[in-house]
Amino acid sequence: MILDYETLKLVWWLLVGILLIGFVITDGFDMGACILLPFIGKDDEERRVIINTVGPHWDGNQVWFITAGGAIFAAWPAVYAAAFSGFYLAMLLVLFALFFRPVGFDYRSKITDLRWRTTWDWGLFISGTVPALVFGVAFGNLFLGVPFQHDEFLRPSYTGSFWQLLNPFALLTGVVSLSMLVMHGAVWLQLRAEEVIAERARLAAQISALILIITFSLAGLWIMLDINGYQIVSMPATDAMPNPLTKVVAMGENSWMTNYSLYPWMMSAPILGLIAAGFTLLLTKARRPGLGFVSSSLAMSGVILTAGFSLFPFVMPSSTQMNSSLTLWDASSSHLTLTVMFWAAVIFIPIILLYTVWTYRVMWGRVTLEQIRSNSHSVY
Amino acid sequence: MISESLVDLSRLQFAITAMYHFLFVPLTLGLAFLLVIMESVYVITDKQIYKDMTRFWGKLFGINFALGVTTGLTLEFQFGTNWAYYSHYVGDVFGAPLAIEGMMAFFLESTFIGLFFFGWDRLSKQKHLLVTFLTAIGSNLSALWILVANGWMQNPVGAEFSYETMRMEMTSFAEMFFNPVAQVKFVHTVAAGYVTGSMFVLGISSYYLLKGRDLDFARRSFAIAAGFGLASILSVIVLGDESGYEIGDVQKTKLAAIEAEWETQAPPADFILFGIPNEDTMTTDYAVKIPYVLGLIATRSTDEEVIGIKDLMAQHEIRIRNGMNAYALLQTLRSGDFTEADKAAFEEVKVDLGYGLLLKRYTPNVVDASEEQIRQATLDTIPSVAPLFWSFRIMVACGFLMLFIFATSVYFCARRSALSNRWLLKMALWGIPLPWIAAETGWFVAEHGRQPWSIAEVLPTHLSTSSLASSDVWMSLIGFIIFYTVLLVVELYLMFHFARLGPSSLHTGRYAFEQKENNDVSTSDALLPRV
Repeated sequence: MILDYETLKLVWWLLVGILLIGFVITDGFDMGACILLPFIGKDDEERRVIINTVGPHWDGNQVWFITAGGAIFAAWPAVYAAAFSGFYLAMLLVLFALFFRPVGFDYRSKITDLRWRTTWDWGLFISGTVPALVFGVAFGNLFLGVPFQHDEFLRPSYTGSFWQLLNPFALLTGVVSLSMLVMHGAVWLQLRAEEVIAERARLAAQISALILIITFSLAGLWIMLDINGYQIVSMPATDAMPNPLTKVVAMGENSWMTNYSLYPWMMSAPILGLIAAGFTLLLTKARRPGLGFVSSSLAMSGVILTAGFSLFPFVMPSSTQMNSSLTLWDASSSHLTLTVMFWAAVIFIPIILLYTVWTYRVMWGRVTLEQIRSNSHSVY
Repeated sequence: MISESLVDLSRLQFAITAMYHFLFVPLTLGLAFLLVIMESVYVITDKQIYKDMTRFWGKLFGINFALGVTTGLTLEFQFGTNWAYYSHYVGDVFGAPLAIEGMMAFFLESTFIGLFFFGWDRLSKQKHLLVTFLTAIGSNLSALWILVANGWMQNPVGAEFSYETMRMEMTSFAEMFFNPVAQVKFVHTVAAGYVTGSMFVLGISSYYLLKGRDLDFARRSFAIAAGFGLASILSVIVLGDESGYEIGDVQKTKLAAIEAEWETQAPPADFILFGIPNEDTMTTDYAVKIPYVLGLIATRSTDEEVIGIKDLMAQHEIRIRNGMNAYALLQTLRSGDFTEADKAAFEEVKVDLGYGLLLKRYTPNVVDASEEQIRQATLDTIPSVAPLFWSFRIMVACGFLMLFIFATSVYFCARRSALSNRWLLKMALWGIPLPWIAAETGWFVAEHGRQPWSIAEVLPTHLSTSSLASSDVWMSLIGFIIFYTVLLVVELYLMFHFARLGPSSLHTGRYAFEQKENNDVSTSDALLPRV
């Protein structure tokens, strides 16, 4: 074992972050495109253009999400258990929305009936909108603390309700997440869709980038002014056997800002989020969607890192029994599991990136109405 | 204490969603390799018809694959949503193969499936074949990892309980990966998938042959499916996972239940071909027995015994009593106030902790269990015999029926008279559901036979659930049933639609329906009204 336990716990916090960033950069643009589908695709053929820009890639993209889920299961079983069961109805809402994706993409154009196709279009819209919103809402609730606790045998139980998740702050972070994915999807369509659609996407990208800048800043101000964070009063050594109940946690005024004064370099994350979102706005306006896509990816990375840095080392704070809060130090798997998983990630993630890039290269180019007409039976 | 209705509902939901998922998985596994075979012939011979075959069967593959992906998502979520204590208790071990499955298999399969459908005009023939091959490899690797995970539930090796973290922790990744139960399960499951793909192609090709259209296309598809199917069904039967039943206590219990072997017989044991298992009297009524066969199958020997249910229960009762002791020591260790002697004593008995936990169903404190409660828990260690006995026999019967269908198909193909045998073609067509029946009953045997455990000998099912309100699970269960029913109707509609249409659906101009009516769907597409 080359890496010690403490380092591995930290590395896995980073790796989960990387998987989430991989998820929003890849799956984010197809979800964004699905959200925009009914609005900027004016007729069936235009909608087919939009769908076919993501057609070859949505399934591979979705695996970032699945793998992030699997990695949380393996690296932070306590988080997987507490979050998925605690957010039960919200998770099922996401799941049911995601059901529309594979069938929406694959079945929609197999039948020519217009009602059939329109139904699936709205199905695809739901499949993008609901997860984008719910993920944002879930992150917002992490900042407020989640009402859950562990019993002496570490069985987690959630004592809140579904509606409680939909509080004003969490709805705001829901909009952050939604506008972020819409922006990313719009830039993608500006890059890859027939000109007429690309022009409409250009406008959508600018609007959503602006909304992202506003809501992200508002969420930041809200946290600074009105939200008490959580802080660790005492805890066992960082390389101790993980047991969430062995630490003491208290609420603290402005605790979510502590890291930024301790480690000023962490400020780079929110700054990156804001500046890159601004650049996305300018680049799409200037009809430079290629660079716009890079900048939009950076903006989303900045937003996700901001959430991670602010909460660090918390992953899921508990509002009802604060000592039950889960941190990256005490929600982790064993040293051996983290090691095995680390090597799996080191080997496979570069390979995945290589062949993913290859498939994008093969499929590169604008999807045009003409292509849809002449390949009507082989494309989506 | 966890309410019984929550446990039952969670189990029902898991059973429904997992079995529904497995309607689509075996066809994906098998059809993927049939596509590889067809496309390889295309690349080697350069005959257009093999490309058409790859594309047409690929179309049906896609319809099936979409639902495989949809329903697979549920399973990835469901351990956390509905089995939170399970996720906490074994995530350290069980999570790893799932995460590796994502990185090693899902990415491969899902990235290349896009190119399979969209890359025909953008890739050279060889490269496209490589893409198809990687898709097939990806789906088979995902079966490998999920069966490593499932095999560990049946026979949890390479892990140990830690009282500090209150969970199972991995002690050897290699031991978990090379778990013999997982390995035989993998071979059995993927071969069953190949059988499913073959039966599907064989049956639908027979339909075209019966209808007398697209004969050349159908005959070639039929021949490939017959050959691949025969090889696969032989692997399923010969390498059948029977050999996995001699390892681990729960696998032994499962075997005894499948065979309704109440008493340990003097080796080699008789095999009960038929009979009516009676759980009250613990006997099998009207049993039709074949001497020696069970002993030979189960132990591969004439002198080892197959332990019967009554003897297994006696062993389990001892382990439950040991488990109570382990539970008492665990409480001491968790309190923080313990001596080294307590720790050593716990290490001695901790293998039986799971058996102690069985009592939690009856008394939260375990250590105060009454004799009656111990008796109840002991009875719980045996899964209900009759459903296992029958499911297993249905599975085996389907297997042998398919062996007959594939063998006769190959025989008549070799004699070049498959076309003229209408009874053979009809049998192949009506035989399409067989592999699905076999797969579903097979999984029922594997998973129901594991009860009362979610992790054999480690974690009882009734402790594994999330702390949810039953009403929440009712809601999701109803949601699943409605959603899944709609999806199944849509899927079957498309499947039947395109299977009936046959290769004409490719719009190449070479197949039956296109020659009769040339103003088909392709023109009506352009006439589609604007939204």
